[in-house]
Amino acid sequence: MTTNRGRKREISLLVNGERRTVRAYPMERLLDVLREQLLLTGTKEGCGEGECGACSVLLDGALVDSCLIPVAQAEGAQLLTIEGLGSDPRFDALGEAFLECGGAQCGICTPGMIVAAVHLLDRSSTPTIEDIREGLSGNLCRCTGYQQILEAVAEAARRTAAR
Amino acid sequence: MRSDPSDYEFAAPATLQEAVKLLAEEPKAWLPIAGGTDVMVQFAAGTLRARKLLSIWNLPELRRIEVLPNEIRIGAGSTYTDLRGHAVVASEFSLLVRAASWTGGIANQNRGTLGGNIVNASPAADSLPALLAYEADLVLSSARGERRLPYVDFHTGYKEMQLAGDELIRAVCLPRRFAGYLPYARKVGARHAQAISKVCMAALGRAERGEIRDVRIALGSVAPVPMRLRQTERALEGGRLEADIIARARRAAVAETRPIDDIRSTARYRAAVVGNLVVEFLQMLGGFNHHG
Repeated sequence: MTTNRGRKREISLLVNGERRTVRAYPMERLLDVLREQLLLTGTKEGCGEGECGACSVLLDGALVDSCLIPVAQAEGAQLLTIEGLGSDPRFDALGEAFLECGGAQCGICTPGMIVAAVHLLDRSSTPTIEDIREGLSGNLCRCTGYQQILEAVAEAARRTAAR
Repeated sequence: MRSDPSDYEFAAPATLQEAVKLLAEEPKAWLPIAGGTDVMVQFAAGTLRARKLLSIWNLPELRRIEVLPNEIRIGAGSTYTDLRGHAVVASEFSLLVRAASWTGGIANQNRGTLGGNIVNASPAADSLPALLAYEADLVLSSARGERRLPYVDFHTGYKEMQLAGDELIRAVCLPRRFAGYLPYARKVGARHAQAISKVCMAALGRAERGEIRDVRIALGSVAPVPMRLRQTERALEGGRLEADIIARARRAAVAETRPIDDIRSTARYRAAVVGNLVVEFLQMLGGFNHHG
């Protein structure tokens, strides 16, 4: 057990398969540690209050908003960010489908959308459109109107199931 | 303006016993933080007044769901995802599971906890009407021991509750006796996910040979605390499911609630919705009787 007022401490976690140790205040947001200390800037900041999903990451396999996680609560955890999903076969299928369907426009929401989509496909390889809507319901996009994103995830699911 | 993380002390005890010991040493000094879906929003807004945070996220004692013959004890640190994925909760307590599915998006459901929803005490909290309908009990834990009280007595006013400075909610207990009841749950909001409710309702009831039995109607977002419509329920008990009693129930329900105008809706709209939901529930209960 640890208590520290105004003191940084060492916090270790497994980031994209690699053990990383940072010095941070326990209440620093995981999002800031990822972007500013680990220079993993694929994870975006949108609203900063858990509404928009731009900062989505997988924490011990669970989809979370990294803006709402004090870094101390990620101690010892396994973290996957958009940068760590490159080796996942679904990542390529999603990337291709987002391009083809017009699922990415300005791009700010895209990493979070892909992380949420990977999380969804982990749980259901043949999701219905309702499953996709629910799986991405915490991710906001101000460009596409969503339809292209939903189609892209459906298309990626079909292709991964067929492979 | 966001808060400065260097201003905060942070403790992460490994057990419930250590957590309540810290609370006992300095009652009210520590603010428990579980999944952070409320506390970190205050942190982001710069309105988090507590300077000492006690992480209770993932404490094993708080994240167990125990199935006993007569009741189910849901650890207060169980997430909405835990609730949705639990076979007994899903099959016997569908009002709670429906509410869990409406709370935020998947990322929020992976972190938000039932106990957190209770102590955050929003009048619009989606899970609380279900606890009223099921007549849940809460188990509160402190270094002094445990006590149990009906949830209906827990919230006493806007953000006011029967929780001492050294206590944590340990578990939420739901009696397992609603197999013969029609469950009705409805959230009215801008959208189901993320958006906060304008009105949400959880109701249970039985119909025996066309007569209404043991109806429980609970609402969120229509009063400073989630409320049961006791007068409406009493007026319905033993009545026949016919048009005139349904019309009277609508009027009784509207008269019994005191909604307000706020950024999400108006009092007038909320009152109309309450009436409509009560009617819809009773019509379904009529069909439930007929076919069931």
